[in-house]
Order: sequence, then structure tokens, then C-alpha cells
Amino acid sequence: MINVSKLKKGIIIDHIEAGHGFEIYKELHLNDIDDVVVLLKNIPSKKMKQKDLIKIETDMQIDMTVLGLIDPNVTINFVKNGELYKKISLTLPKVVNGIMTCKNPRCITQYEDVKEIKFFLVNEDKKQYRCEYCDAYTTFIDEE
Amino acid sequence: MLKGRHLIEPGDFQLNEIESIMQLADNIIADPEGYSLVCKGKLLASLFYEPSTRTRFSFEAAMLRLGGEIIGFDDPNNSSVSKGESLGDTIRTIECYSDIAVIRHPREGTARLVSKFANEMPIINAGDGGHEHPTQTLTDLLTIRKFKGSCDNHVVGVCGDLLFGRTIHSLVKTLSRYQGIRFVFISPTELKMPAHILNQLDPKSYQETTSLDEVINSLDILYMSRVQRERFVSEEEYLRLKNYYILDKKKMKGAKPDMIVMHPLPRVNEIATEVDADPRAVYFAQAKYGMYVRMALIAKLLGVEDRK
Ligand SMILES: [Zn+2]
Repeated sequence: MINVSKLKKGIIIDHIEAGHGFEIYKELHLNDIDDVVVLLKNIPSKKMKQKDLIKIETDMQIDMTVLGLIDPNVTINFVKNGELYKKISLTLPKVVNGIMTCKNPRCITQYEDVKEIKFFLVNEDKKQYRCEYCDAYTTFIDEE
Repeated sequence: MLKGRHLIEPGDFQLNEIESIMQLADNIIADPEGYSLVCKGKLLASLFYEPSTRTRFSFEAAMLRLGGEIIGFDDPNNSSVSKGESLGDTIRTIECYSDIAVIRHPREGTARLVSKFANEMPIINAGDGGHEHPTQTLTDLLTIRKFKGSCDNHVVGVCGDLLFGRTIHSLVKTLSRYQGIRFVFISPTELKMPAHILNQLDPKSYQETTSLDEVINSLDILYMSRVQRERFVSEEEYLRLKNYYILDKKKMKGAKPDMIVMHPLPRVNEIATEVDADPRAVYFAQAKYGMYVRMALIAKLLGVEDRK
């Protein structure tokens, strides 16, 4: 396995389903930060066969909501002074505010400039959310 | 308290709140004169972003019969809407002049969106695309109450386009909150009740069938609906499904003597005109109750019913 320098501080997003790493990279806007970011893809994994992994050497806060939507199975490790000090797993958020957009072509939010649309989790398995305005079901990423 | 609240979908109100609207509607029906000035000095904004003469007349007649006044439009091309003004700006402006607003719009979710811009002015959803039309549901409930005594303990047959019918979805969701309601869903397989509605019901509370003849004798209420042409890509398919159920005298023979036939109107051909004379056909009375229930709703949201 490639050895990327050991992280002194920051966040390691582990157990990302292979292929979702870049999606997370984009959604967290990691391109816009000046800190060191490493995206590893297709790492051999016992549990998952292959996984992606992201290391961010930063003090910034991560918006967990978006991670839960893209890949609720990831683990997030927080590192300080070279030591792991917190490890969390994610679940799908019950309510999502301002991250998703409604895919119903008849929904008013497609025509008016609506900020911060609220979505309510309706089906955990299908990752379906209900739009607060039109009640249509939407998923955050398109099912392939 | 309903004063100052919005009605975007029937679920916005508790059953006891709906009940209080029904009771006020009863009082208004018993003494329309007594309520003819309760909205004096109040202004209703009637915002119809798509034409719907029936619904608009019902609301405007309701407000006028309460002694209130109306401003508004029924053709957005003649209003500032066509100049690209946002809904938020329109509502904020309207609120400067009006006490209550009724909105009809072709896009789903519009009424909910608009209600976020109104500070104190109650918003009533008069239909937002295929989404909700709560005053139709209130109309249906008042009709059931008037003819059957209450909304509890009925076998309710719902027949026609159960897939796209928003009126039906709202009614079924709302009636399921009452006691002892059993549904019989009657539709061609292509137009069955969608899963997202069935999932909200107790599986023991409904049955599905394609045959109206087989079940009509078990019903206390038969709610008919039309099949809408615009839902179909092929004209052939539309014509076939449109003629699937036609309620006529012969079918009515198999029904209970006190069953009522309801329909949100306008009908196409799903109820033969020969049924109109049958005392069990209550769909024209339904339209009248629609106005009374809107009177009660407006008076409640404005908090003026005690001005009587
Ligand atoms: Zn929507």
C-alpha cells in the first residue's frame, strides 16, 4: 500500500465505498481549501474488498450531513498531535436543510429561487427524502 | 385556535380543528343572515395563477356572503407576475393591502412556499398543481357529515383514477384519521392507488378491486372521479380507461338505499345524467357545501366568527 505521510492533525474519512471518494471530495469543496488533501482510491480492504479514503490536514469543520447522504457507512477519524482522538460513524440525517434540490420537474422550487429547501428522510434503505414543498421523493445522488 | 393559521394541506389541522370548522359551517347554514357581516371591512386577495372558475367563484362567493371584499386576478398575464416578479415579492406586497389570501398555482408546493413570506396574513391553498387542494377535502367532509351524520364508521368506495387523483389522495389520507373507516379502492390496474398512499393506511382498513359491480352493495359512500385526459400519452389508452366505470341507474340498483354518490365535479361521463335525479346523488349539494365550508374557514382564519 502507498504510504502517505502520517497525519499530524485533521480528519481521515475512511471506509468510503470505492468510487464515492471523488464525490465526497467535490461535495466538501476540498478543491477550495489550501490545506493538504490526499484522496486515495481503490485501496484493497479486507472488509470492503476496495475502498476510498480521504485525508485532510486541516482545522476546518466538516459538514457531516453531506457525508451521511453520499455514503452513510464512512467512518470519520479526528487526529490531533498525531493521535486519533475521536472516531465517529454516520447515519442518514433525518432532516436535511439546504444541501439537496428537488428533482420533481413540477415543483415550484424549480421555478422560483428557493434557498435552504428542507427534506425529510422517508426511506432509509432507498435513501429517499421528501421535499417540504411538493412532498415528492428525491435521493441525493442518482442511483446508478 | 385557527386564527392567523395557513391551510396548505389537510394535515395542517388537527381533527378537532377540522371539527370546529364543520360546526361553524353548520351554524352558517342554519343562519346565513347572522353571518352576513362578520367579514365587513376585511379584504380577501384571490390569486389565481391558472384559471379555475369553479374554485374561484366558490371562494369569492364565500367572502362576499360574509360581508367582506375581494381583490385579485385570475389571469397572471395581466398582473405584475408576467413581469417576472418573484412570488415572495408579490405576497409581501399583497399583505400590505389584504387580510387573507387564496392562491391557486400550477406548480406543486407553491402555497407552502408563499406561506413563508406572509407574516400575519393567512394563506389558503386553492390547488397547487397535482399536489393538494385542501378546501375540496373540507367540502367532502362537510358533505359526508351532512348526509351521513358524521365522518366515522363508513365503508367508503373510491372509484376511477386513483393514481393521479389528488382530490382522492387528500380525502383518503384525511378520512383515515377518523374512526372505523374502511376503504374499497376501485380502479383499473393501470390507475391503482399509489404505494405512498397505501403505506400510510392500516392494511386491514382497505381492499382493492377492479369491479364496481361486485362491491357496490357494501358501500355507504361512493366517491367517483374522472380520468383526466392530460395524464395520458395515448388517446386510445385514455378513451379505454375513461369508459371503464360508468355509474348508471342499473348499477345504482345494486347499491344500499342510503348510499351517497359523491363527485368533485366537473364530471366527464363517469356518472350518467340519469343518476342525477336519484336522491342518493349528492354531488350538486356538494358544490353548495363547498361554499359554506369556505365561509367557515375564512371566518375561522380571520378570527371573526364571534362578530355575529
Ligand atoms: Zn419539491
